[in-house]
Amino acid sequence: MKKYYYWFILIALIIVLILLPKPLIVSPTVSTTLTVLLGLALVVVLVLTLRGHMIGRRTVFLFIGMSLTLPFFMNFQMPIKVSPEVQTLFDAMAKLPSGSKVLAAFDYDPPSAPELQPQAEAFMAYAFKHDLKVIIMGLWPQGPQQANMAIAKVLQQPGIRAKNLRYGVDYVNLGFQSGNEFVIQRMGTSFSGMFPRDIYNTDYDKIPLLNGVENFSNIDFVFNLSAGYPGTVEWVQIAVDRYGVKVGAGNTAVQAPSVYPYLSSHKLTGLAGGMSGAAEFEQATKEIGKANTYILSQSFSHMVVIAFIIIGNAALFVSYRKSKQKGA
Amino acid sequence: MKREIPLIITFVAGVAFVLQYFIPHYPFSRFENIFSDWFAIVGAFAIWLGALSLMKLSLLNISKKSHDWPISLVIIICFLSIVIAGAIDGYHGLNNVPATSFRDPGTNFDWLYQNVYTPLSSTMFAILAFFVASASYRAFRARNTAATLLLFSAFFVMIGRVPVGDYLSGWLPERMQLSHWANWLMAFPNTAGQRAVMIGIALGTVSTSLRIMLGIERSHLEG
Repeated sequence: MKKYYYWFILIALIIVLILLPKPLIVSPTVSTTLTVLLGLALVVVLVLTLRGHMIGRRTVFLFIGMSLTLPFFMNFQMPIKVSPEVQTLFDAMAKLPSGSKVLAAFDYDPPSAPELQPQAEAFMAYAFKHDLKVIIMGLWPQGPQQANMAIAKVLQQPGIRAKNLRYGVDYVNLGFQSGNEFVIQRMGTSFSGMFPRDIYNTDYDKIPLLNGVENFSNIDFVFNLSAGYPGTVEWVQIAVDRYGVKVGAGNTAVQAPSVYPYLSSHKLTGLAGGMSGAAEFEQATKEIGKANTYILSQSFSHMVVIAFIIIGNAALFVSYRKSKQKGA
Repeated sequence: MKREIPLIITFVAGVAFVLQYFIPHYPFSRFENIFSDWFAIVGAFAIWLGALSLMKLSLLNISKKSHDWPISLVIIICFLSIVIAGAIDGYHGLNNVPATSFRDPGTNFDWLYQNVYTPLSSTMFAILAFFVASASYRAFRARNTAATLLLFSAFFVMIGRVPVGDYLSGWLPERMQLSHWANWLMAFPNTAGQRAVMIGIALGTVSTSLRIMLGIERSHLEG
């Protein structure tokens, strides 16, 4: 029984938080108090470690659980500074005149949605507000579904609803196509070769938005949301390198470091990496959404992980000291 | 001939791929389209093959009552549920004017996607946060110089990539702020390391491809 009590505490805490009236946001004073209590609890763990009482992984899990859930109910405002990579991405989008055709490649699935869906929603909202024509496709089967979810959400905004955007005229969803990077390669010569019909089974030639869109030379910008393979690396290697199209990307935090070489060589026109990239992208586009809420949880969890790294090194220091004493 | 014919096919296909990449003009440009179409078709069949293989394996597990067979039952039920929901919605969608897709909001497929598939797969991925934290606690220890460098890099990137970094160091000059350090680490040491990995992978890919095309490497013909 004893070994499960951490889980009982966590589950009870989650149930209490779920049952509370929504939206529950505690005052800044309570938020600060909770943060101080969390910090003091970590200090207690550090002191216990220095005294030789090593903590188990369940304690780490408990602290991570609290650091992820509590910020959802806190009232904290933190400055979100737009990084150079995100600014480059936004600048490239801001330069597009009304009526520009933008290809949005949704190459991710639900597990990566917390990081990428806010970017998708901010992109869609920005594109629709600035009269950009959006052509959606996916190299991942779930991608076009994620695009539909983003569109359904942004179409509820009064400013966008008032525009009476029409499917097939202002945006189109071509769906998923198997073939990974070969799909991109084929699109270099013919879009319709890879996507003969859209998700509604409408022939390519009968979609007004796609009139005159033969290949990448008719596309002004590609925005790729990627969570792995196939994704941004393939878009850069084929669409940018072979066909010279401008590609900007939103990546998961895990993938973002691997595409940095393409940023410094200016092959990739901007990058929004992970949750922080998503929050910065929302700030840049002024489409504040979920990422600006989630980033607080991520901030807290990062601080807790750093605290546990310090505690882990304290444990290492204690074990060195003990072994030295034994040796003496 | 059992070995020679596959080797000839491999060599011809490999050379054709190289030519179509470096000479994007007729007739080589046609190769590109043909190969891309073939690859998409093979990819589509691979999806079917994967699905059927999963079903076959799960049915075998159930019939043999092998270890964890109820999980196989869950796989089959989930697979059939989403396929049937998608097929029914898709069938109705084609008859609608204007046509609707099984992916549209409000369909059975969309309900399963949003309320079953998305939470389950997100939960699996979210568990990583707990394991990463536990692993960081155990692994990021200053045992030697290399480990200490890794430790400090992790510290600066973790704190500098979230707003709390600027919140804590906002009073410092711009170039001394934690986000600046994190950006520098990502833009220079990280890029240098990633480039080295990329170049290494590219050279490895070229040499392995040449070995396969020239028939030196024949492991793909075995089995």
